[in-house]
Amino acid sequence: MAVTDVSRKALAQSKLPPWAWDAWRIGSSAVVTLLGLLALTFFMGRMLPIDPVIAIVGEQADASTYDMVYKQLGLDKPLYVQFGYFMRDMMSGNFGNALFTGNKVSDDLMRVFPATIELATIAITIGVSFGVPIGVLAAVYRGSPIDHFARILGLLGYSVPTFWSGLMGLVLFYAVLGWVSGPGRLDVFYIDVVDRVTGLMLIDAAIAGEWEVWRNVFSHIILPASILSFNAMAFISRLTRSFMLAQLSQEYILAARVKGLSKWEVIRKHAFRNIAVQLVTVISLAYVILLEGAVVTETVFAWPGFGRYLVSGLLAGDMNAVLACVLIVGTLFITINLFCDLLYRILDPRTR
Amino acid sequence: MTAAIETERSGLVGYLTAEVSRSPTQASLQRLYFGCRRFAQNPLAMVGFFVLVALILIAVFAPWIAPFPMNEQNLQTRLLWPSADHLFGTDELGRDIFSRVVYGSRITLQITCLVAVIAAPIGLLVGTVSGYFGGWTDTIMMRLTDVFLSFPPLILALGFVAALGPGIRNAVIAIALTVWPPIARLARAETLTVRSSDYIAAIRAQGAPAWRVVVKHVMPMCLSSVIIRITLNMAGIILTAAALGFLGLGAQPPMPEWGAMLSTGRQYLLGSWFLAAAPGLAIVVVSLGFNLFGDGLRDVLDPRDE
Repeated sequence: MAVTDVSRKALAQSKLPPWAWDAWRIGSSAVVTLLGLLALTFFMGRMLPIDPVIAIVGEQADASTYDMVYKQLGLDKPLYVQFGYFMRDMMSGNFGNALFTGNKVSDDLMRVFPATIELATIAITIGVSFGVPIGVLAAVYRGSPIDHFARILGLLGYSVPTFWSGLMGLVLFYAVLGWVSGPGRLDVFYIDVVDRVTGLMLIDAAIAGEWEVWRNVFSHIILPASILSFNAMAFISRLTRSFMLAQLSQEYILAARVKGLSKWEVIRKHAFRNIAVQLVTVISLAYVILLEGAVVTETVFAWPGFGRYLVSGLLAGDMNAVLACVLIVGTLFITINLFCDLLYRILDPRTR
Repeated sequence: MTAAIETERSGLVGYLTAEVSRSPTQASLQRLYFGCRRFAQNPLAMVGFFVLVALILIAVFAPWIAPFPMNEQNLQTRLLWPSADHLFGTDELGRDIFSRVVYGSRITLQITCLVAVIAAPIGLLVGTVSGYFGGWTDTIMMRLTDVFLSFPPLILALGFVAALGPGIRNAVIAIALTVWPPIARLARAETLTVRSSDYIAAIRAQGAPAWRVVVKHVMPMCLSSVIIRITLNMAGIILTAAALGFLGLGAQPPMPEWGAMLSTGRQYLLGSWFLAAAPGLAIVVVSLGFNLFGDGLRDVLDPRDE
């Protein structure tokens, strides 16, 4: 710890603002975690019970072909050299070929990611627009029916698996009531009607002015997005409630009331503003957690996104695709955590 | 002093509610007794408790509760709707779904217990060693923990299953590998508070080697919070295991694992939705039970909310 003390002193003498030290510390720890992440995925790739050479050349290949591919893959080099190659490839976005699609993994990911982003964005919008008000109301009317409702909602959000609620939602809203469209992103009839610009179909359809397509896409996305949002909603409302309760018990609230501000004015202008930074971090975390939920939700709804790609890769035993997906989610997770941490320190004067 | 004791109630209740405890055993029994009383006052926590007791009883007495053997096929009675004979109907091979759900409780219980038994010692060891020794050991071990924590649990479990191959045993290992890091964090925090206490200094002054201090004196202090933490995690473990089963990477059919049953039921969803509904409902009830129980337990042991 002596080293850090010295550098802290050196930093204090320099003209850098105090948050620069924090930024450097947080940033460097994120880099170390990222390296660990790479090492872990490398290790996962090595644990594979299948011989990677046979996976490429097949069982019937003769010894010379086997040796050639063995050398090409760099398997004759020491492990740390192999790790070096692995790092170089991963950093430059070269994830190799996906055997089960025949494309480069990076191309595949570019194709599937927008579908997931679209789904997750709609889901987080639903989650926030219900979760935050419910959390605030539950805190303001603590112990009232609305608080109990919020608690039950939270418990269900943590207990109901999305693959089950998704299937039951399909039965009810698609098969029985006919309110929404079934699995997939849009009906076969509308495929390729709209040019791909952003990959987000709602936006693409809006750009092209094809409102019929837009409605069809919307009727497909609304159910999976709602199902996916349920988890996030539970998470967001629960934390909003506890942040809000912490604020409402402070004396400044009472002081503001005594000065004559109405109850809701105090809540809106004082309490809510104080929890806003915390809420942003919670929402960004919820967004990454949605990516996890997307794996099962996309499988249920045959949604051609990242989660389904990962599962297909897993079932096909395609390690290149799986490792790329795992690595990307891990990196996203670290980045968002880093972003939240920095945001906290910059926007919240109490952490200075 | 003696006069005060004589006026107290005698018997077990008296022993448990005595104002002054006369032995360490009595003191800890009293704590347990008041904890249980507090817990019993929370109706939701009691619901959770009864769900768990029911789960254990059903798992133990499955052969007596289930009206049919779990894998008995009868193609003449396939996809029957729920009735008095078949409470939850029959599946695509004519197997009684109710019986399979009952047997499935064994698998769920087995997975959660195995994960807890594997993950808790790893977390405890990493956390206590890291907290007790500090310095570079701490830095390296906590960085390692951070790496594991930087994945959403299901994604990490999927990565490990991909490397280890599908199947129930590998699913247990994969889930355990995702469960230990938060436990390690917790054990480390507990160790840091224990490390500087006088009794540890006394033991060290007597010349006890470091491993002995960690194993005999630090670990027992962290044990209770680790157990609570893992109980709180149980619902998450169940959901992850079911998700792996559902994706076809955990327990494989014909095993009556609830997630795997759901996955099969999915193919008959529009005609016979009860195939998927019944095992899913079982998952919901059990994970709700664990969540309620865990919340109640936390309220009793960590009354910070009051």
